[in-house]
Amino acid sequence: MPDRTPQSYYQSEAALKRLRRRRRAEWRLQACGIGAIALAGLALTALLWSVISKAGDALSETYLALPVTLDAAEIDPQASADPARILQGNFTGLARQALKARFEGVRGRKVKRQLHDLLSSGASFELARHVADNPDLIGRTITFDFLASDTTDLYLKGAFGRLEPLPAAGALVLAEEGRTTLRLDAGADAFVPVLERLGKTLRAQAERLRTTAARETAGAESFARLAETAASPDARAEARAEADMRRARAAALRAQAAVLDSRAAGDGIDDTALLPLDDRMPSVLVEIAGGWIKLTAVAPRRAEGEILVLPDRSAVGGAAVSGWQLHMTESPESARKVSDRQIVWIESLRREGAVKQRFNTRFFFASDSREPELAGIRGAVVGTFWTMLVTFALAFPIGVFAAIYLEEFAPKNRLTRFIEVNINNLAAVPSIVFGLLGLALFLGVFGVPRSAPLAGGMVLALMTLPTIIIAARAALRAVPPSIREAALGVGASRLQATFHHVLPLAMPGILTGTIIGMAQALGETAPLILIGMVAFIVDVPQGITDSATVLPVQIFRWSDFPERAFEARAAAAILVLLGFLMVMNGLAIVLRKRFERRW
Amino acid sequence: MPGAQPQTDTGPRVSWPRQRASETPARLKIRARDVNVHYGDNHAIRNVTVDIDDKTVTAFIGPSGCGKSTFLRCLNRMNDTIPICRVSGLIEMDGQDIYAPDIDPVLLRARVGMVFQKPNPFPKSIYDNVAYGPRIHGLAADRAALDHIVEQSLRRAALWDEVKDRLAASGTGLSGGQQQRLCIARAIATSPEVLLMDEPASALDPIATAQIEELIDELRRKFAVVIVTHSMQQAARVSQKTAFFHLGELVEYGETGQIFTNPRDPRTESYITGRIG
Repeated sequence: MPDRTPQSYYQSEAALKRLRRRRRAEWRLQACGIGAIALAGLALTALLWSVISKAGDALSETYLALPVTLDAAEIDPQASADPARILQGNFTGLARQALKARFEGVRGRKVKRQLHDLLSSGASFELARHVADNPDLIGRTITFDFLASDTTDLYLKGAFGRLEPLPAAGALVLAEEGRTTLRLDAGADAFVPVLERLGKTLRAQAERLRTTAARETAGAESFARLAETAASPDARAEARAEADMRRARAAALRAQAAVLDSRAAGDGIDDTALLPLDDRMPSVLVEIAGGWIKLTAVAPRRAEGEILVLPDRSAVGGAAVSGWQLHMTESPESARKVSDRQIVWIESLRREGAVKQRFNTRFFFASDSREPELAGIRGAVVGTFWTMLVTFALAFPIGVFAAIYLEEFAPKNRLTRFIEVNINNLAAVPSIVFGLLGLALFLGVFGVPRSAPLAGGMVLALMTLPTIIIAARAALRAVPPSIREAALGVGASRLQATFHHVLPLAMPGILTGTIIGMAQALGETAPLILIGMVAFIVDVPQGITDSATVLPVQIFRWSDFPERAFEARAAAAILVLLGFLMVMNGLAIVLRKRFERRW
Repeated sequence: MPGAQPQTDTGPRVSWPRQRASETPARLKIRARDVNVHYGDNHAIRNVTVDIDDKTVTAFIGPSGCGKSTFLRCLNRMNDTIPICRVSGLIEMDGQDIYAPDIDPVLLRARVGMVFQKPNPFPKSIYDNVAYGPRIHGLAADRAALDHIVEQSLRRAALWDEVKDRLAASGTGLSGGQQQRLCIARAIATSPEVLLMDEPASALDPIATAQIEELIDELRRKFAVVIVTHSMQQAARVSQKTAFFHLGELVEYGETGQIFTNPRDPRTESYITGRIG
């Protein structure tokens, strides 16, 4: 380019600068948009990931296969072979006997309770049903798959940490110490790996103590400052006392931390002074000669332990036993629901292949239960169905007719404008307010049964109405006036024009809006809680006046329960709910695409 | 305003002679006296007085917004559907005041058919489009009678040969010209006495327009046709009588030939020679 003198403003430096600025602004906007979408996608992925990963635990259920002797005396003493009689037999006792037979030497109420807790309380009902269906089994010994309790199930799924192996070398000499305790002597430093791992835990505990101590010290300093600056002598004295107290606490914590550190370093620990393992320390288990021993104190060459499962009699007090194994769980016994004994029992059952995992169909076909392993969503799904039915039956016709009247017939005056504005306002009313209205009006005045899908459906219909009316009006308005004119032009009345031509054309839009409104209602919890649909209901509702609950409320209740296994069930129920919502929204999209008309 | 006097059409700008001496003199069909229309505060039609003859094509011409469509819509009371619209004055059809309280606008519209500017077939089958009017008015006793009405209407709208094999196909799938003829078939299926056409060819190409114009000439044998048009050539081609509207007033009304060759009002002359409009 020989000559660069600008010919026009648009080639001047200023114009080019503006252009660059404009391009940068455009780029910024695009970057922001992409960022927003990425953020939303990330949030959605995180949500789905967290729900799906939690729901995974609810996908399978655990059975423990145990031989059980179906003693006629316990089940059917009169040998009636009548299923109704058989169902009343003492199957709980049989199940417990089966456990006891498998793990001999279990004594003490507490330990027995732990043993019984391996199985679900529903397992004996299943055994009862199985026997009632096959009365000829009575008197025989069968291997029955007992449903495991939620604790067993969760342990097997790793919810309480896993049992990890530690290196175990050499041979051990077992010596009886007390009735339930043993001394374990190793020729070499067999327990050094244990001490190393415990040292790590101790140092971490010491670190936590020191953090607390630092907080106390900081508090003490601020109180000391207050003691100097406070106005009244009383306040000064009080602050000083508080500062002193905090200093003392910090010093005590630091001393404790120092003790832990010295223990972690192995100071003063030898074969005569063992490191004690309390229930805040990780559990260390020794598997030897068919028995399980939990270490209560440990030194490099020697350890003491409590017998959980009795080893071979011959191994105790005799020659050194080689071929032992060392296991550890990081979480201390006091911090988990499954006890060391239960872990040992479950592990021994697992070794012999008696632990079975199956797909959890119960979750879909059972109703609510206090026991997480027995709980399912069927009652909630059926309750949701009835509630949605009532909602649709009320909201759809009322909403559509209201929209038709407002859009096609109502005179456009102040009153209709007022009504329009208020319908739009209603759509923004928090749903819990509709719940209060339902409580006061439907339950209080009209006496609709509490907790029933009828009441819930009526409340949700109120909530959905504005959505349907707004969507239906928009759909009616989108029908071109030429269609109305054409109908009126051949002598159709307004009613005929509306119902023969306008409404059919608006129907896809109306249905889309209705489905979206129904999907909203499907996910609603708050108003239903107010009208009592939050109750614990085991029976599947048979109609719209039976007590029922709905999926979102079920999720809400399960997520509120202390049992950890309900967490997985709540997550799985969320997935089911999300599935329903996706199906409904998909249906709305299909309707829109399929019947969409271009004018 | 000049009355309806039978006159021989000798206008040189008309493509073919409209009225022959052998034809019986036209009978008065619609009589409008001092019609005023208000849209809210807007005075859209001012004191329009006009007589529309039976079996005659009457064209309303005039610039945009002059009120010709509004007046047309008064003739079948389509303006009733607009809430802010007020109509005063007298409009009689066969001596009967169509705004009388005992007149039902729905039945009136069956007697006064209408074709709109944009083809607006129902998004239904061709058959249902035509059959809709007869159905809602109970004009056919049975399916065979309805079939007959549909066929007759489509034949009269010169569409039968093109669609007879696909009566179940959607009316919206036809071409623009076919759609407009379908709308005409739909309008004449209820056996109206008057056919109102609001710029029926303005959205069509010249060939479709020619077809519609030919059709209008055919329809004149049976109905009184009132057509609003922007095109003066079209008015000259198809109509026997022409009314020129300007700013809500009926400026001049008379034989088409006279209006185009010898307008009495200077405004009419300015319009047809292209100086205003």
